[in-house]
Amino acid sequence: MIMGAIAAQNAPSQTAAAVPAIDIKGVTKVYAGRDGALMHALGPVDLRIEPGSFVSVVGPSGCGKSTLLRLVAGLEMPDEGAMARYGAPLDGPSHEVGIVFQEHVLFPWITVLDNVLLPADVLALPKAAARARALKLLELTGLKDFAHQRPQALSGGMKQRAAFCRAMLSDPRLLLLDEPFGALDALTREELSLELSRLWGELGRTALLITHDIEEAILLGDRVVIMSERPGTIRADIAIDLPRPRNADTVKLPRFQEIKNQIRDIIFNRAQG
Amino acid sequence: MASRSNLINRATTPLIYIVLLGVWELLADRLKIPTWILPAPSAIFEAAVKWAPELAANSWVTLRETVVGFVLAIVASLPLAILISLNPLARKLIYPILLGLQSVPKVAVAPLVILWFGLSEWPKIIVVVLVCFFPILVNMVAGLEAVPKTMLDLMRSLGASPHVVFRRLRLPVALPHFFTGCKVAVTFAVIGAVISEFVAAQDGLGYLILISTAQSQTPLAFAAIALLTLLSIALFHGIEFIEKRVVDWTP
Repeated sequence: MIMGAIAAQNAPSQTAAAVPAIDIKGVTKVYAGRDGALMHALGPVDLRIEPGSFVSVVGPSGCGKSTLLRLVAGLEMPDEGAMARYGAPLDGPSHEVGIVFQEHVLFPWITVLDNVLLPADVLALPKAAARARALKLLELTGLKDFAHQRPQALSGGMKQRAAFCRAMLSDPRLLLLDEPFGALDALTREELSLELSRLWGELGRTALLITHDIEEAILLGDRVVIMSERPGTIRADIAIDLPRPRNADTVKLPRFQEIKNQIRDIIFNRAQG
Repeated sequence: MASRSNLINRATTPLIYIVLLGVWELLADRLKIPTWILPAPSAIFEAAVKWAPELAANSWVTLRETVVGFVLAIVASLPLAILISLNPLARKLIYPILLGLQSVPKVAVAPLVILWFGLSEWPKIIVVVLVCFFPILVNMVAGLEAVPKTMLDLMRSLGASPHVVFRRLRLPVALPHFFTGCKVAVTFAVIGAVISEFVAAQDGLGYLILISTAQSQTPLAFAAIALLTLLSIALFHGIEFIEKRVVDWTP
């Protein structure tokens, strides 16, 4: 309700025939190691993200899933393959994309509010409107009382919430989440993923979540994409037919456990092979 | 109880100094050490009172040389540090030369500087600049380059221009390093000023030490050394004071 004005712009139910938010085909990434040896990190990977959908990517650590996100973010360029974002060639970062990194990456020298306002500062957006929106986002995530404090006053979970607010400030069409809860303890992690599920229901936008936590992937995703070990390719792409809104009770549903076991089997079989 | 233990804590350091001075006084008196070799603290204090106007005037000279040289060193090193950190070519060309020059003992250059610039205050200031320049520069360059990759990724993802990245990210990250350089440099600055006063000068605390030892006025030399120490400590804490107000975050 607080975010009514913000959510309206990006209602979850958009026309199905819309241009995909992300459309990548045959994308590979090779890194040069320290000793000059080439390390095939990713691909070839095909991935299509429909507007308004939440796609989770799970896979073992080191499978190249973070590389996939960096490519989609435009922070790195693929060695092969084609990438498009909303129908246009994806050749660099865009202000239409908000990113939440694994580490909160808050600047310790400015207040929480100024950190959330960083995109507005960089993009030179109108100050008053950005400030009002930042305060709304902070209120939505329970951080309003900390707006004028330095990030050091925040707990790990609160820092990640602030990083989420910052990613949402410029009202991005696409939200990229790179193991956003990876650095947190198990309890905070669960609390935050439930909170994100609720926020996503309210804000409703396209999202790509990278995680190694299967439950998190299922709880949040419309689809769960399972990646193989390095070089990361897509092993399976599973539609999650659990009802929304999802909450703490969703995890207890038999269907949830069923999907979880199915995903575990896919990852496990791969590990044996 | 807490406030009392706090009080004891705070009193410990001055107390140690007082005890040490007492032991010194006692030993000088009992062992009959000649004043011209090692004067007792009381003799030094007496000399300090007696020569107060001379000590004050010469302290002022040394303080002025130190501060002017230190400030000039900051003014000279900051733009160069920024250039080196932003421009790979400048880095390749200038940085190795600067690092080489850093290894030259600046104190050894003092007679040359005086030869070139005469007997005014300037050669002394130039020696101070030479001594302060490198620690500030090297720390500032390190600071400008100490930006975590994740923060750079964030700025890139926001489409920030190099100018914005510099102002909003590199500069704040570099500030604590800059102050570290300043604190190292300011201690060197006092040394630089004194050395150049040793080489050729008509005033300053270095000059005072030189002539008072030559005339066996050892208590006066000790008073001048004590003043130099206080000067050095005061400058160091002055910078720390500014640092605490500017760098008011914990990384």
